[in-house]
Amino acid sequence: MMLIDCPHCGLRDETEFEYGSQAHVPYPQDPQALTNDEWAQWLYFRDNPMGLRAERWVHLTGCRKWFNAVRDTVSYEFKATYPVGTPRPNIPPHHGGIR
Amino acid sequence: MTPIAVTTGTSFRVPAAIAPGAAINRDETVEVTIDGHTMTAYRGDTVTSALLANGHRRVGDSIYLGRPRGVLACGVEEPNSLLTVTRAKAETISETMLIGPTVEVTNNMVAEHVQGIGKLAETADPEYYDYTYEHPDVLVVGAGPAGLAAALQASRAGARVVILDERATFGGNLVGTPDAVIDGKPVETWIAETVAELQANDDVTLLNRTTVFGGYENNYFMATQRRTDHLDDQVPFGVSRERTLHLRAKQVVLATGSHERPIVFKNNDRPGIMLASGIAGYLNRYGVLAGSSIALLTTNDSVYLLAQQLAELGHLVAVIDVRADLSEAALQAVAAGIDVIAGSVVCDTTASDQGALAGITVAEYLADGELGATRHFEVDTLGVSGGWSPVIHLHSQRQGKVVWDHEVQGFVIGQPRADFHYAGSVTGSLSLGEALANGANAGAAAADATGHFSFATEPVAAAGHRGPVAALRMVPSPDGEDQDAYANHFVDLHRDQTVQDVLRATGAGMSSVEHIKRYTSISTGNDQGKTGAVNAIGVMSEILDGHTMDDIGTTTFRAPYSPISYVGLAGRQRGELFDALRKTAMDRAHEALDAVFEMAGEWRRASYYPRAGETKAQAIRRETIAARNGVGMIDSSTLGKIEVRGKDSAEFLNRIYTNGFLKLKVGRGRYGVMTGVDGKVFDDGVTLRLAEDRFFMHTTSGGAQRVLNWLENWHQTEWSHLDATFTSVSEQFATVAVSGPKARRVVEQLASDVDFAPEAFEFMEFRETTLDNGIPARISRISFTGELSYEIAVPTQYGRALWDAVAQAGAAYDITPYGLEAQRILRAEKGFVIVGQDTDGTNSPQDVGMDWVVSKIKQDFLGKRSYQLDDFLRDDREELVAIMATDKNSMVRDGAALVSAEDLDAPRPVSTSGHVTGYYDSAALDRTFGLALVRGGSKRIGEKLYAPAYDPPVEFEITPLISFDPEGTRRDGER
Repeated sequence: MMLIDCPHCGLRDETEFEYGSQAHVPYPQDPQALTNDEWAQWLYFRDNPMGLRAERWVHLTGCRKWFNAVRDTVSYEFKATYPVGTPRPNIPPHHGGIR
Repeated sequence: MTPIAVTTGTSFRVPAAIAPGAAINRDETVEVTIDGHTMTAYRGDTVTSALLANGHRRVGDSIYLGRPRGVLACGVEEPNSLLTVTRAKAETISETMLIGPTVEVTNNMVAEHVQGIGKLAETADPEYYDYTYEHPDVLVVGAGPAGLAAALQASRAGARVVILDERATFGGNLVGTPDAVIDGKPVETWIAETVAELQANDDVTLLNRTTVFGGYENNYFMATQRRTDHLDDQVPFGVSRERTLHLRAKQVVLATGSHERPIVFKNNDRPGIMLASGIAGYLNRYGVLAGSSIALLTTNDSVYLLAQQLAELGHLVAVIDVRADLSEAALQAVAAGIDVIAGSVVCDTTASDQGALAGITVAEYLADGELGATRHFEVDTLGVSGGWSPVIHLHSQRQGKVVWDHEVQGFVIGQPRADFHYAGSVTGSLSLGEALANGANAGAAAADATGHFSFATEPVAAAGHRGPVAALRMVPSPDGEDQDAYANHFVDLHRDQTVQDVLRATGAGMSSVEHIKRYTSISTGNDQGKTGAVNAIGVMSEILDGHTMDDIGTTTFRAPYSPISYVGLAGRQRGELFDALRKTAMDRAHEALDAVFEMAGEWRRASYYPRAGETKAQAIRRETIAARNGVGMIDSSTLGKIEVRGKDSAEFLNRIYTNGFLKLKVGRGRYGVMTGVDGKVFDDGVTLRLAEDRFFMHTTSGGAQRVLNWLENWHQTEWSHLDATFTSVSEQFATVAVSGPKARRVVEQLASDVDFAPEAFEFMEFRETTLDNGIPARISRISFTGELSYEIAVPTQYGRALWDAVAQAGAAYDITPYGLEAQRILRAEKGFVIVGQDTDGTNSPQDVGMDWVVSKIKQDFLGKRSYQLDDFLRDDREELVAIMATDKNSMVRDGAALVSAEDLDAPRPVSTSGHVTGYYDSAALDRTFGLALVRGGSKRIGEKLYAPAYDPPVEFEITPLISFDPEGTRRDGER
């Protein structure tokens, strides 16, 4: 079971958290201004990289705060966690990591 | 099954003066019954050591071929001896698929071998199980010499250490080894002193009979401790049978040792053919001789100590050494007078009438890998060493790299894992001196990494010298090269898979070890390939030209390392404690009324209240009639409740719900539907405006958590500038709904402060008041039945008092408690949707008859933009309608598929027109009816549909969604 570093509570067991899809995909300013294709792109399409990915997580049974994380989808390793509204930290990609 | 006795009536127990048997207590005998034979063993014996000591060597026939099999090993790697065990305890259960060498004997236990497949007990397990959490600095897995040295060093450095070993005794394979010396002391003394020091240290947890079976992310490990199985019926009160340890270790030392491998040759599966380490183990640990005339077959030096012991006992026939050039150890054996047959292999065996080993055919093993001249030896036992496989399971479970080592002739650690240390024969070394030295150093390094520095003090023992290991895993068949010549070359003993089976897989075009494993089932048995996997890979490398051990590689190791019981994992979370049970404050009132309950998520809710002599259907019908014609009451405390506060609360809700909330007046409520951003319904309920900046939201009973998460998600990540706070208050309020034409007469008696006149207290309004009995309450005119209804909410602690007060006030009107069953019918008659029953996550509000709740005015709300997508504009979307069977008494099950008239007789497969979401018997309609999701349903009113699952198919007519009182004339009750 992974340990996840909640920005507010520190290292806690993975079972206290819930995953919330890709981070930095804001709700469109004016959905009506988008074409159907653009709306569907925002609604249904997310990146699925092999390697680093910024994700939304919530410390559901802890402080209940949402935060963002950069995670390696190969090794599952959390590279960084950071509060909502702050930019994605620049972490060099490295493939085939260990967890 | 007839157990084969080597020599009936003869004890194979060696006198204590020659081989004491370090794991047994010869002063205490134990009576056991194994496969129908009652025999005497010693305390500390296992089922297999007891069998061998008493001359029995057959342990059940093989799983598919029914071939007789014997004990192979002395540890958890044993593939043949699998048992169903019933212990002589008052409260116990028979357990199956236990591994013979791991089952300690207790008085009057009954053990039966199974033929490769277990037999589950048919009764519940009466024993209990628990689990615990440990957070050591250093976890040491394995308490052999390397593990003990590591734990000793780390604990002396001041680290908190947990050290676990699967066996009953500490010391690993060192236990009982003659003549070994550590720090100038006999090994037994060194082990005892080390164990004593560790046990005396409060910061050390040292456990035997504890298997670390799984390794997970961030050094999370799970282990099973077997606490009472070795005891007769004298288990101390309160001691669980098994305990699951959840460990989060800062550093890990793997001192897991290694397993010896057999060699694949023709007829290599007979009772009497064992691992050489098995023979050594039974001799040194239990003082048991595996046979009377013993030959050894080896690729390496590890058998020569055993050869020496057997020769001294007078039971060694010969050592067959695959290596043409004699190693130093082999030369010493020759010098001691042992018959070493170099450059040779065993290529076939013969059996007695009963199937046990009777003789071996020894062949010269020529340089080109062909067989040369043969000789025959009559032996009853053959000890085989095909090399040693490091126990790398926990390393590999964590995706640690594994590589083939040509010198070791085994898969070894390729690259150390972060925060892992390795010591002892898991590294490929078989030297005691090296095990102790790298154990101490691993312990020092692990402790240092947790802030406890020390200089390693290496216990001193002879380094030992390992000669070369021959690269042999399979001996060619003496019968030729075609598949049939390999029908009895066994690779996986538990799965009964042979070289012929591997040839069949490669013949079918497979070359990947993962494919061949699944095609043949090799390594998928109880032992998960502990002894067979490497040989399977070896056989593949022989068959597949140009494939070496390196590039075939191993399959992925997965937890559990050895079999564990599910009940142990469950711990205390069984039966009543399996899940939380939520009861409302009025639960005992329902019990007093003999309610039949049903589960709604974790909530226990009254389903219906049968009276004496009533059937379920009669009770439900009576309850619905009362709510339609008189008055009924229902406990609706389980509805989710969330209080929303803050000056932007209205704006927030306006974005969340499909309809408008900005203009909702204080003192009024509004029904709202929540959809995802994709426009699909996921929850609904009435929200009350308590003040300008305060709302009280109701959710479905099962959806409260999900809705709270949803609100917080949007607030924190998109709209944090809006001033709104969300508090779950589901359990703070208890609610009784009073519903029916006479509802007003009941509530009037409860709150004389409130004017209940229809003009004064309108539908969708609420009043905050104090009931006449002093309980503060909020009364809302919300209806889920279509009748005049008042929902009375009070602080939870007054729930039961409220229920009783309503029942008392309603007694004169014969107020009738109704349950969920009646409520489902009442709401279905009115076409009210239950989210999750009539919806399945694909429906828009418009699909389920709630176009009216979707705002056309608001510029945006979550889901709005999606309704312009093509999929929502299709005219064949499933829509919720009512259906009425042509025969008004027909009944069908929820979920029944519906097809059109033309599809009913068309050749199958046909596509369905939809399905029934609920079908009921309605007293108000005097017939059965239901709701259904039907493609383009709203435009198909009057059309016939059929449920083809019934014979004859049930015919329905599609009718408008609202079946009863479509004009809503009953909402204000009796005039």
